[in-house]
Amino acid sequence: MQIPYTVAARPDTGLHNSKLGIWLFLASEVMLFGALFSAYILLRVAASEWPHGSQLLNVPLAFLNTVILIGSSVTMVMSWASLMMKDFQKYRRYMGLTILCGFGFLVVKGFEYGAKFSHGLFPSEDLFYATYFTLTGLHGLHVIGGIIVNLYFWGPGSRMWKTEPERFTNRVEVAGLYWHFVDLVWIFLFPILYLL
Amino acid sequence: MQNVATAPHHGESAHHEEHASFWRTYVFSVDHKVIGIQYMMTGLIFLFLGFTLMMLMRWQIAYPTKSIPGEWFTLLPGLIALISVVVGLMSKRKLTVLVGVLFGAIAWLVWSMVSDETLFPEGIMLPELYNSFGAMHGTIMVFLGVVPIAVGGFGNYVVPLQVGAPDMAFPKLNMMSYWSYFAGGVVMLTSFFVPGGAANSGWTSYPPLADIATTGQTIWLLGMVFLITSSLLGSVNFIVTIVQLRAKGLTFMRLPFFVWAQFITSFLLLLAFPPLEAAAVLQLMDRLAGTSFFLPSGLVISGQILDVSGGGSPLLWQHLFWFLAHPEVYVLILPAMGIIAEVIANNTRKPLWGYRSLVFAGVFLGFMSFIVWAHHMFMTGMGTVISTFFQTTTMIISIPSVIILSALIISLWGGSIRYTVPMLFAVAFLPMFGIGGLTGLPLGLAPTDIHLHDTYYVIGHFHYVVAPGTIFALFAGIYYWYPKATGRMMNTGLGKIHFWGSLVCMNGIFFPMLIQGLAGVSRRLYDGGAQYAHAQDVLQWNEFMSVSAWLLAIFQLPFIFNFFWSLKKGKAVESDNPWGATTLEWQTPTPPPHGNFVKVPEVYRGPYEYSVPNAPKDFLTQNTP
Repeated sequence: MQIPYTVAARPDTGLHNSKLGIWLFLASEVMLFGALFSAYILLRVAASEWPHGSQLLNVPLAFLNTVILIGSSVTMVMSWASLMMKDFQKYRRYMGLTILCGFGFLVVKGFEYGAKFSHGLFPSEDLFYATYFTLTGLHGLHVIGGIIVNLYFWGPGSRMWKTEPERFTNRVEVAGLYWHFVDLVWIFLFPILYLL
Repeated sequence: MQNVATAPHHGESAHHEEHASFWRTYVFSVDHKVIGIQYMMTGLIFLFLGFTLMMLMRWQIAYPTKSIPGEWFTLLPGLIALISVVVGLMSKRKLTVLVGVLFGAIAWLVWSMVSDETLFPEGIMLPELYNSFGAMHGTIMVFLGVVPIAVGGFGNYVVPLQVGAPDMAFPKLNMMSYWSYFAGGVVMLTSFFVPGGAANSGWTSYPPLADIATTGQTIWLLGMVFLITSSLLGSVNFIVTIVQLRAKGLTFMRLPFFVWAQFITSFLLLLAFPPLEAAAVLQLMDRLAGTSFFLPSGLVISGQILDVSGGGSPLLWQHLFWFLAHPEVYVLILPAMGIIAEVIANNTRKPLWGYRSLVFAGVFLGFMSFIVWAHHMFMTGMGTVISTFFQTTTMIISIPSVIILSALIISLWGGSIRYTVPMLFAVAFLPMFGIGGLTGLPLGLAPTDIHLHDTYYVIGHFHYVVAPGTIFALFAGIYYWYPKATGRMMNTGLGKIHFWGSLVCMNGIFFPMLIQGLAGVSRRLYDGGAQYAHAQDVLQWNEFMSVSAWLLAIFQLPFIFNFFWSLKKGKAVESDNPWGATTLEWQTPTPPPHGNFVKVPEVYRGPYEYSVPNAPKDFLTQNTP
């Protein structure tokens, strides 16, 4: 038995199954983070005072992280483009870079968290820190998820390149869409938590 | 299942499939039909468990001062367990034995609680236990019973067949979503055994109460995360299957209404559940990390100021919760309407009246369901402007519901109706859902809601929608598709006993609730209102409702017996299409093999071509050229 349109696009929709699937999944992720951003707005508007993020948080480190994540999105696209050009070695290199950037982001984030913890600042401190840790923590989980997927496609999952190159390229594209979304969430998180 | 077939360690897959082990065939199956049946069986057992909790609570409501006869409440699941195990062992059916064991577990759970002096001192339920039963009854019925049966069960089994697909678009994901649901169920069940018992802040888990409740609440939140994951994976799968795997010629306007209903439902699940997941994360942080997202400043508990940073908003939870839970109402009712549409068209032998209006009303209903949520919150003091907005949208959303119900009623007009068992349930659905819908209007209007809010009227209203509404539709679906799934018909006589008994008892339970509610009796009262002066005039109904509930349980026995007995002894079907139906699921072998269709189907006509003039038969199947 064969499921239709796992590799080729269905003519009338122009999509293969997993691409439609990932867009739907991302729609639900938009609702997840949308709800959290709404909660943030509601809590902040209702608060009698709300600290300015740049006075409490480390903006240069967060800026560095923004650069790292945007860079990783670029290498992600490059890795997919390399597959489209049938250059598997190049794909490995770019995908490896993407994964390294992901780890780099987590390390920087770890330093940020560590600095707060060592000053005795935990989520229970006040609503600002509660929001900060919850939103960045959930985003961090998404980064970890993305790294696991990318590692799989960099390592054992890449064997599919030999048997079904087109399908493997689709998979990397779909993983890339998710990775860009994770990047996009950070681009919203950075200004609202650190700058505003 | 291309990925299975090409993966190296399953190289001999064709051979493998023929001799697949018991585990691969029935437990870790990727076949949408097996997964559908797994959902169905698990859901039905949870439905029974949720009902059992309610039967215990009904004793407390009817006889608040009398000791509970625990052995009677254990006897029912115990008997079912015993009979299933014996019959299963004799006929060598592992599934029947398994179901027997699960009923045994329910009997054991009930007995271990009612015989526990710390939970039932002198045989009288503790108020805390009553609260936790109430919360778990709601949670189990909605998230573990009805939705898994309606969407996971019927959706999984029927949708790929009706769109002419070999399976769901992502079979492995489908298996994952079942096991995620199962894990969620297990997590919920374990919460009965933690100190302080299961969640006891109502199925809505309103903070601040839920933030400071016992450990059971944390487990409830973790369980919900599993259930949300499950429905998320499932809904992505359904939408992709319906969009991508439709057979050639099966345009959107040729889809059976059941598929449309599942399609809209999937969008609701996909987009409405994530905000609840966000809310669950925030409540988990409140409970575990000491944040105060939902805790206001200066909260005093038992005379002491709560030691938290404060500044949070309890209303925020209600907004996030109802943003899910109102669309969830339509998740409960849309698949039911889909089933009813199939059964009515088939048994009136004429096309559905206003198929296009049904579809557009369904889509409109789906859209509107996202902007009515705060009509659950008129009494929270969120302000008259917001109340007016949500009151208006609520009145608007009643229009598509009325269109759907009217179209289904008009469909009966002039048909030569066959009163088969599924049709009996379908016909009863119409007035029952009608009562449920119409009693909702006074709740949607802010001025009348002030009187009715949180009374038994609310309970009566939504139970009319969900119990004799949706659950009747689920029964209709079981009787209707049973011959496709098993190759045998269910017994009609037993079915009729089940139907008439259930119909009378359901009304016996829920109609008096409307009367009590109008008199002002609040919901969630541990003694059923015995302490309140204004409740005295309607208090006599409590016993009547409780007896109706217990009788309802007894009237489910013919159904349970019929369900298993017909597997072996039911009348074998004479063709693959015993009801003479038009849709594609009846064009498969019975029961459909892995991969479904012998020949890839092609569709030439709409879904309900019954009684076409000059046609050779009184129906033309969708794949008739």
